Amino acid sequence: MFLINCPYCGERDQQEFKAGGEAHIERPKQPTELSDDEWAEYLFMRKNIKGIQFERWNHAHGCRKWFNMVRDTSNDEIKAIYKMGEKPPSQ
Amino acid sequence: MTKNLRVKSSEYIDETNRISFKFNGKTYHGFKGDSLASALLANNVHLIGRSFKYHRPRGIMTSGSEEPNAIVQINSGTNRTEPNVRATEVEIYEGLEASSQNCWPSVEFDIGGINNFLSPFLPAGFYYKTFMWPASFWEKYEFFIRHSAGLGKSPTSSDPDIYDHRNVHCDVLVVGAGISGILAAKNAAKNNFKTLLVDEKNELGGSTIYENNEFNKIDNKNPSEWLKKEIEELKGIKNLEIKTRTSVAAYHQYNYLLARENLTDHLEVKDKKNKIRQRLLKIRAKKVILATGALERPLIFNNNDRPGIMLSSAVKKYSEFYGVACGSKNVFFTNNDSAYESALSLYNKGINVKAIIDIRDQSESKIVKKVKEAGIKIYWSHSIVDTTGYKRLKSVSIMKLSNDGTSVTGSKISISCNCLGVAGGWTPAVHLYTQSGSKLSFDEENKVFLPNQNTSEQISVGSCGGDFKIDKIIKNLNQKLKDALNIKQTDLDNIKVEVDQENSKKNIWLLPSDKPLGKTKPFVDYQNDATAKDIKLALREGFRSIEHVKRYTTTGMGTDQGKLGNMHALGIIAETAGIKMGELGTTTFRPPYTPLTFGTIVGRNVGKFFDIFRRTPMNDWHDENKAEFENVGQWKRAWYYPINDETMHQAVQRESKAARESAGILDASTLGKIDIQGTDASEFLNRVYTNAWSKLAIGKCRYGLMLNEDGMVYDDGVTTRLGENHYIMTTTTGGAANVLGKLEDYLQTEWPELDVYLTSVTDHYATASLCGPNSKKILKKIIPNLDLSDENFPHMSFKEAHIGNIQCRIMRISFTGEHSYEINVQASYGKDLWKKCMEAGKEFNITPYGTETMHLLRAEKGFIIVGQDTDGTMTPIDLQMDWIVSKKKYDFIGKRSLYRSDTMREDRKQLVGLLTDDPDIVLEEGAQIVSELNQNPVEMLGHITSSYFSPNLKKSIALAVVRGGKNMMGKKLFVPMENKNINVTVANPVFYDEKNERLNA
Ligand SMILES: [Zn+2]
Repeated sequence: MFLINCPYCGERDQQEFKAGGEAHIERPKQPTELSDDEWAEYLFMRKNIKGIQFERWNHAHGCRKWFNMVRDTSNDEIKAIYKMGEKPPSQ
Repeated sequence: MTKNLRVKSSEYIDETNRISFKFNGKTYHGFKGDSLASALLANNVHLIGRSFKYHRPRGIMTSGSEEPNAIVQINSGTNRTEPNVRATEVEIYEGLEASSQNCWPSVEFDIGGINNFLSPFLPAGFYYKTFMWPASFWEKYEFFIRHSAGLGKSPTSSDPDIYDHRNVHCDVLVVGAGISGILAAKNAAKNNFKTLLVDEKNELGGSTIYENNEFNKIDNKNPSEWLKKEIEELKGIKNLEIKTRTSVAAYHQYNYLLARENLTDHLEVKDKKNKIRQRLLKIRAKKVILATGALERPLIFNNNDRPGIMLSSAVKKYSEFYGVACGSKNVFFTNNDSAYESALSLYNKGINVKAIIDIRDQSESKIVKKVKEAGIKIYWSHSIVDTTGYKRLKSVSIMKLSNDGTSVTGSKISISCNCLGVAGGWTPAVHLYTQSGSKLSFDEENKVFLPNQNTSEQISVGSCGGDFKIDKIIKNLNQKLKDALNIKQTDLDNIKVEVDQENSKKNIWLLPSDKPLGKTKPFVDYQNDATAKDIKLALREGFRSIEHVKRYTTTGMGTDQGKLGNMHALGIIAETAGIKMGELGTTTFRPPYTPLTFGTIVGRNVGKFFDIFRRTPMNDWHDENKAEFENVGQWKRAWYYPINDETMHQAVQRESKAARESAGILDASTLGKIDIQGTDASEFLNRVYTNAWSKLAIGKCRYGLMLNEDGMVYDDGVTTRLGENHYIMTTTTGGAANVLGKLEDYLQTEWPELDVYLTSVTDHYATASLCGPNSKKILKKIIPNLDLSDENFPHMSFKEAHIGNIQCRIMRISFTGEHSYEINVQASYGKDLWKKCMEAGKEFNITPYGTETMHLLRAEKGFIIVGQDTDGTMTPIDLQMDWIVSKKKYDFIGKRSLYRSDTMREDRKQLVGLLTDDPDIVLEEGAQIVSELNQNPVEMLGHITSSYFSPNLKKSIALAVVRGGKNMMGKKLFVPMENKNINVTVANPVFYDEKNERLNA
């Protein structure tokens, strides 16, 4: 059970949070201009990394804010947490 | 043989408090402070149960939670009965009843014991190999396996006890209150860390508290005397909480631990009532100090499982702590010095110790010298090759070990005895450590796995960290505490420790016998009857991974998880396969460390708290009027209102007719309601719904369909524009929370530039839906001053009004196709509103209807229910709802996906109406649809999603999804059922009032 440091509330138990999949996949601004393949890339393709992964999390049973997390999926170590819109930490 | 084996008065046993208890129906006596095991041993009872596979008689091996054999059923036949309880952990109380498990008709005469003689035919993997073929016989095998297997019996009535959960936060959690744990907790608390110390036993002090080796001294005192003083000092320390009878079951990442606190199991039944029995502590600790100690290892030799064969350390604890001699003629078998302490303990109390058999060549320690001086016979370089005694150990036979330890030589000596203490060295209890995700490394010299790489802020101190002698324990504990707590000095800085320094040991995983391995029974896992032979067989058959060998031989898969024999199993595998133990690794230790009761796991979440449900403000009225309820999400919704003896079908037919012929009323409070405000509210709705919203006038309502980005229908509902920048959205009952979550996600992450605020107001409003041709007259009676003309208040519009002083929001919208009003009031007025409607509607025979009638009425109109007629693979086009998809809007959620090649296929499953050729046959929802009956294999075209008998049309109607259904209007299809094929015709899904004339009736 993770202990997650919500950037708005502080450290809270994992059960207050919801995982929201891979981070930094921006919704295309002009979807109609995209080919089927390009749209499918946005819609379906997600990485499943063993190691450092960038993820979205939501403090669903708390402030309900979304934020980003860098997590090592091999040992579940949370490397960094930062707000939506902020730049990911460089390595 | 003496009946009472009490050997001295122990300060932990209150001999003034005599307790009677029953074991297998017979009454025995013990004292306050006894465990069930110590009390039975004092009564000279060793035979406790039968083993799982061979039903061999088994006794008490240990004095703690690692016990593999002495597992019993407690209070059989009562609603508090509990199986698989370790007799070594049960504290006796007046009236306790315990019985043997895994035997029939009795532990003394057990039919299953025949398996012992059949054992050559029951090798590892026997069940896997035998009961596979022929497959059709499985049911027969299952009957026998189920009857002969199983450990104990579960209670058959509900548990009368109360269980609880508690969240605990602390700076330092110390697990284990032996000498290391006590010193760690004391120093942590004294340095202002909020500290919690837990131990599974009822007394603090671990094994040091009854330490008797006179050559070990702390500050010139016997370690047990010294530790008692330390324990006394704990009481005055603030910041320190101590919980005994509390065992840590699981150690998860981020220092999250689960512990079970046992509160009433040691009390008499009359004192258990109305108290919390067990509490699950959910502990989040900043730092964890593991002081879980070490478990003594047995030795693996032929017939090493008889009642009377015990761990040497257990013999010592029963003698020193409980004041009980485990036998009158004792022998010890050892590979290190530990057994000499146990032997001396008995000798000093005048109990006969016949011999010590030591596989080492010699030992020069002070304690060995002391034993020699006492005149106890020591057989150096000898091993036990066999034992006798079926229900109780009678003798051991020993022979000289060869120099390399692989064989025995010389003549056999038989020693008669009724208790054998076995000492095979110590295994650090690293179970919790590895559960935390931390990694072990193998110490070749001491043949132990030790903590190596921590994943969280934790340290392992004392013997679980690899320090076995008191001097090393205290020195390393001191340094580890300073590092972990970042403190400069501790109580331990100036402690003087003396120890008996000799520490030689000789490790042989599997001891040889004069007979070949195939003819011997050296048990590695006592509970599951896995022998060294089984492990070797598994290796011969090609198993290499230890996880596979474990499952194939069931080694380590009992309720004790093989705490005693796992290391030997690994050792034998490593030796046989020629792999280094460090490279082989260990099997995974999984939570819980000791079994948890279901009660502890669920805590208070039982009965009506098992799954919390929601009730509407009108609920009492539904209850009083005998409504049947249906679960929708977490809501309890009125399903139908049977009158007298009506069946559900009869009630629904009556309600459906009444709603169309005069007036009906539905409790719609459960629909999700989201208040949307902000200058970009209209733009936001444009992006989340498929249709256009910018031009919706204030005071008007519009139906909207929401998609996922993949183009599939996600939710639907009516949204009303309350003001320039203010909307109220309704969602499906079950989808409310997810819709809000999804909208918030887009607002926060994709469109943060939009000025929009979302608030869930589902619980704030109660909603009554008035429907039918007389609904207008009823509303007029309730709100006389509101102009209900079609000009002032047309379909799909909104009015704010007052019923008396109560403000209400009224939407003229319809899910039934009838003239309808949805009246919303503040939730607390919901029931009053409902009663007012019923009163006003009396002259029109207003009929309350539930969700079933609502579903029927909307099906007559061909309106979909998201989640019933859709399943996450339906686009609006598939639903024949092209009309709601804006062609003009540049973008909305899911728009691009509607033009993917796959979503544009003509042969997708599409929503259609179905009519049965025989109007009285009602199709089954979920039934398959085909176009050919004689095809093989037959092609499934789709399935029925909604089906009813329509009382208003007097025929059966159905909605279905059919591949290419859009172009099949009028086509004959079949619904094949078990006994018949039903002929159906594809029809327009709008069965009733196709021109929507009734909306304005
Ligand atoms: Zn938060």
